[in-house]
Amino acid sequence: MEIKDKYEAVIGLEVHAQMLTKSKAYSNDVNEYGAQPNTNVSIVTLAHPGTLPMMNKKTIEYAIRLGLACSADIADNQYFARKNYFYPDLPKGYQITQDKTPICTGGEIIIKDDNGNDKTIGLTRIHMEEDAGKSIHDVDVFDTLVDLNRAGVPLLEIVSEPHIKTSQEAYNYLTEVRKLVRYLDICDGNMEEGSLRCDANISVMLKGSKVFGTKVEVKNMNSIRNVQRAIEFEISRQIEAIEKGEVIAQETRSFDALKGITISMRSKEAANDYRYFPEPDLQPIYVGKEQIEAVKNEMPPLPRELFIKYTNELGLSDYDAYVLTDSKELALYYEGVIAATKNYKAAANWVMGDVKSYLNHRGLEITDFPVAPQQIAALIQLIEEGKISTSIASQKIFPALTENPLEPPLSIAERLNVIQDSNEDSIRAYILKVIEQNPNEVARYKSGEKQLTGFFMGQLMKVSQGKADPKQANQLMRELLEN
Amino acid sequence: MKITDETVDHIAHLARLEFEGEAKTAIKQEMETIISFMEVLQQVDTENVEPLIFMSEEINRLRDDVAEVTLTQAEVLKNAPKKDSDYFRIPKVLDK
Repeated sequence: MEIKDKYEAVIGLEVHAQMLTKSKAYSNDVNEYGAQPNTNVSIVTLAHPGTLPMMNKKTIEYAIRLGLACSADIADNQYFARKNYFYPDLPKGYQITQDKTPICTGGEIIIKDDNGNDKTIGLTRIHMEEDAGKSIHDVDVFDTLVDLNRAGVPLLEIVSEPHIKTSQEAYNYLTEVRKLVRYLDICDGNMEEGSLRCDANISVMLKGSKVFGTKVEVKNMNSIRNVQRAIEFEISRQIEAIEKGEVIAQETRSFDALKGITISMRSKEAANDYRYFPEPDLQPIYVGKEQIEAVKNEMPPLPRELFIKYTNELGLSDYDAYVLTDSKELALYYEGVIAATKNYKAAANWVMGDVKSYLNHRGLEITDFPVAPQQIAALIQLIEEGKISTSIASQKIFPALTENPLEPPLSIAERLNVIQDSNEDSIRAYILKVIEQNPNEVARYKSGEKQLTGFFMGQLMKVSQGKADPKQANQLMRELLEN
Repeated sequence: MKITDETVDHIAHLARLEFEGEAKTAIKQEMETIISFMEVLQQVDTENVEPLIFMSEEINRLRDDVAEVTLTQAEVLKNAPKKDSDYFRIPKVLDK
């Protein structure tokens, strides 16, 4: 047994999600990524004397949406708090956040564990707060540059219980959170641009222990993969330290993605002393049952609900259901197809196969796909009716459909003259032609080389220009060859 | 309540202020006076009294999610002691 196996890790994640609002949390500056520095800044963000914050209605709605999606309790009475600290990217000297009355408490997110089984990760809370500006330390030798465009951008902070046990579970948890906020249209989930950020609290203890080890907070991981790497490194580092008899310091460490290690941030600040107190400039908010109901009625389908529907009701495999629910847009497209055909499996194959590869080759998103889902359903129906073969549908009709997205597939099939021939007499004529043209192969077949059936079918498709119904032809071909 | 030098140092550090010598003695004295005054309030029995956080009973003072550009970049940077054409410039805050 390896030393590592004596230990287990305890991991809790704090996720910050920038909300996709038009304006900031407490002022009307534009909320937009990538603008010219310091162009989306108002006197409120600059914290000029006498300015007052005013709460953005939309942020409450978004928080409720996420809370409902995670089955969290939504608080009716809430007020805001000031979290005090001095930092140049926070002109007020305090962050307006929710301390005592987070909008959501409890709730859960269901993920896959390392063995692919469902595992429930509990949530401690979700609360609303504001982002700080951006400090740029590595451009100028002497100065730090500050851009306040991000200061005041609304955030949802999602705090998990320490239910995560491995770096893979952390990866799966973040993937679920990102999928969820994207389905809910409340955050674009882009970790590279920082619109979704994650801090990890990690400790290790002997397996089966009831007492958690000292936890270390790791920051600065700009992708889900890097969160996984940082956790892997940190677990090993802590186990090695304990094995050497060292004491784990409660500290904040930063992940260095190039080296794949965590480094102590060595903050000289003693224990943080944020001196929270109620924010007097924002009136309390009250969220009534009617408001929660209203948000509930507008909820989009959730990935987990769709996954369960696809696997349980439609009989798709876990894999198919997973791919189809990966993004809301793809799932909605699939929903569009199955609204018009009952052949769920064929619909899944078309969306995951021809449609996706068309998009991949062109670097497009499903929202850019020109063909309406009803057209794909119509194509599936043509195959079901035996009017065209699957290969003709894929090789001829589908490409033509992407060129003429509005033309009915049947009309395309007729125009291209590829309607399948199921007429026994004409199929017989094709087969006799094949037999006539290939006397050598016929002789070999008759002397026992039965695997030549494939060759004859290929020839038949050539002669019939792909129109002979393969099911019928196969049967008839054997009969005629045997005689 | 007695205010110690450590308390003064801690509070001063949080406020990014420095007190030495006479100034420190003076601020310590003033802090003690303030704390003593609060101690009078502490004597009131507040058992079963909900904390009063807001004087006004108004709730849900919200605004619609409408964005506006109210200042030009030059105006945003106008009062900064040090700046360039795009950014506020401040002394390095990380000693890497």
